[in-house]
Amino acid sequence: MNLGEYFELLINDYTLRTITLGTAVLGAICGMLGSFAVLRKQSLLGDAISHAALPGIALAFLITGVKDSNVLLLGALVSGLIGAFWIRGITTKTHLKSDTALGLVLSLFFGLGMLLLTYIQKQPNANQAGLDKYLFGQAATLVVQDVWIMVIVTAISLVIVLLFWKEFKLLLFDADYTKTLGFNTRFIDNLITFFIVLAIVIGLQTVGVVLMSAMLLAPAAAARQWTNRLSVMIGLAALFGAFSGVFGTAISATQRNLSTGPVIVLVASVFVLFSFLFSPGRGLVFRHLRFRKNRRELELKKTLYFMYNIAKDHEEISHPHAVKILNNFHGFTRATLQQLVDKDWVILDGSMWAITPKGYKEAQNLYSQNT
Amino acid sequence: MSAPQIEIQLIASLVAIACAIPGVFLVLRKMALISDAISHSILPGIVIGFFITHDLSSPLLIFLAALTGVITVVLVEFIQKTGLVKEDTAIGLVFPAMFSIGVLLIAKNASDVHMDVDAVLLGELAFAPFERFDMGGTDMGPKSLWVIGIILLVTLALLFAFFKELKVSTFDVGLSSALGFSPVVMHYGLMSVSSVTIVGAFDAVGAILVVALMISPAATAYLLTNNLKKMILLSVLFGVFSAISGYWLAHYLDASIAGSITAMLMLLFLMVYLFAPSKGLIAVLHRQKRQRIEVSLLTFLLHLNNHSEISERHINHLNEHINWQKVRSRTVLRLASDNNMILINDQVVSLTEKGKSFTAQALEYIITNKEEHIEHLKKDFFLFRG
Repeated sequence: MNLGEYFELLINDYTLRTITLGTAVLGAICGMLGSFAVLRKQSLLGDAISHAALPGIALAFLITGVKDSNVLLLGALVSGLIGAFWIRGITTKTHLKSDTALGLVLSLFFGLGMLLLTYIQKQPNANQAGLDKYLFGQAATLVVQDVWIMVIVTAISLVIVLLFWKEFKLLLFDADYTKTLGFNTRFIDNLITFFIVLAIVIGLQTVGVVLMSAMLLAPAAAARQWTNRLSVMIGLAALFGAFSGVFGTAISATQRNLSTGPVIVLVASVFVLFSFLFSPGRGLVFRHLRFRKNRRELELKKTLYFMYNIAKDHEEISHPHAVKILNNFHGFTRATLQQLVDKDWVILDGSMWAITPKGYKEAQNLYSQNT
Repeated sequence: MSAPQIEIQLIASLVAIACAIPGVFLVLRKMALISDAISHSILPGIVIGFFITHDLSSPLLIFLAALTGVITVVLVEFIQKTGLVKEDTAIGLVFPAMFSIGVLLIAKNASDVHMDVDAVLLGELAFAPFERFDMGGTDMGPKSLWVIGIILLVTLALLFAFFKELKVSTFDVGLSSALGFSPVVMHYGLMSVSSVTIVGAFDAVGAILVVALMISPAATAYLLTNNLKKMILLSVLFGVFSAISGYWLAHYLDASIAGSITAMLMLLFLMVYLFAPSKGLIAVLHRQKRQRIEVSLLTFLLHLNNHSEISERHINHLNEHINWQKVRSRTVLRLASDNNMILINDQVVSLTEKGKSFTAQALEYIITNKEEHIEHLKKDFFLFRG
């Protein structure tokens, strides 16, 4: 399928349009709320919560016996919240560290969920098939109603984020200060956690329990590289998330046998990789270039200072010297010498060099200006 | 009990022991989540290994998969070192990407690979006895028993050989490098052992439940003891107990064995979390409540000590001035008078001799903030002793 056909299908085909819209909205909300998780150093909370949601889905089905996705997701929400608050209980009330608490809740809840799912499968009433779509997600099962729910949740969380913008921002960057200002930090904290859990739960159907955490993390981690402003970061993260959703859906639609969830996660990972490498401020490539430039400049100045030390012993500073005597100085190369000439700090004449008055002055000021 | 049943329980117990030992060190080193990352990201290694060998328990596949695990650790550490994201974000970015690659590899080659992502995630212990290990025509028992048994033996040998080094590098990195044990070698040694164990165990219990078997017994044991040897022994015990009881739970419910084992682990942890003698939730809450009352009592005594005028020492004044609720002030009052620290005459509270000397000691501690004073205070403090 080529690109033109894809767009034609996107406009005409109900399923593809729904899935694309759904994953885009999901990516946006995950990016937005994931920014908070990443900045609060709770990146892996998403992973734990998404796993912890599984027993809720199974229990909701066991209790109600209906396979309506809204009921199941309500169960997921409840057990996700229990997981999230248990993690906090473990870390605050015992000496177990947060990584252990996350790992415990993640694996234990998931195991319990698996036990319940396998138990359900053995039950006589046969409409239990399809519960395991929550493991890996099946974007193909999205219907317009699901997309509407996602849109509504996104709108609510957007309103909440805007409403509590100041409080969220304060809590993110200085929790103690927030407390001294008299804000109810526990309430704000719970509010953020609640919305993170909500975002995870509505994503379960699309990307599944296992990969949900990446949806939350990757767009935010990518956006973090491009800016130091919270508002810009959240906007960018939502954008990256939405694009990961759209591109991921497009790629998986054009190929056979590619499930949507993993493709979306990989697209988001590509965003992260690209941001790590090429973001202008923090990216590894530019950082390395900057590092090289600084080092070269330092060596240039070291060479100049070495020359200055030779020159200042002579009465006439522009007295020529052989290039050879620079040989035992490791900062010196032909290229650096030429650069010094270009800057008009040194005159090169055959195998002899002489420092210019300008270069002499520059070298004199090299170490004095900083002290 | 039939032979396969015994074999399943044996395999489950060996897996539990093999997981519990590296798990203790992971929990102590605050690296519990690395096991989660490894267990997910070995998937591409397993799939590629399976393309080559077509045998889930071949040594090459285990080696390849464990290598993928170690690569994950290296990658995570590399990202952490760049400082672009916080450490846990690095873990969260690497393993879903690796896992996705694994899932897509399976999906793309579904016709060639008789492998199911569900099976990788969950494993199936019930089928373990069917894969027999033949040697020259004689049946040597289930294959996975051999795999996990060898891994366990290697782990145990390494544990006994390097116990001291592991201990020092876990609790004091600086000391261990000063003594000449490279913490880096210990770190990667532990990571390799964890990777191999996870790979060896995933076949039986699946990728996520192996995390439960690693972290949960160790965390449970950590709530009960601070002694490393006891902690290892306890976590092995908890692991084996949940493995065997989990098997029978699964048998009874006719559900997944791995899931039931985790449910047992969860139950164990929950029990210990609630009821552990000094570190359990109830003990901690009780202690916090007691300490709150003790602090209130001290505040109250200091208040009395500061005021000689009757109006400040009237019982009703307590509620206004120190702003306590009725119940709390009554508790504190009763506690103080029960211990002969105060006298109540006509609703006016005054300090006794004992109360005065006690308050003086407390003041001494508050002013100087020296440890020896609090020791003295503790000795006198009826509540601290209780």
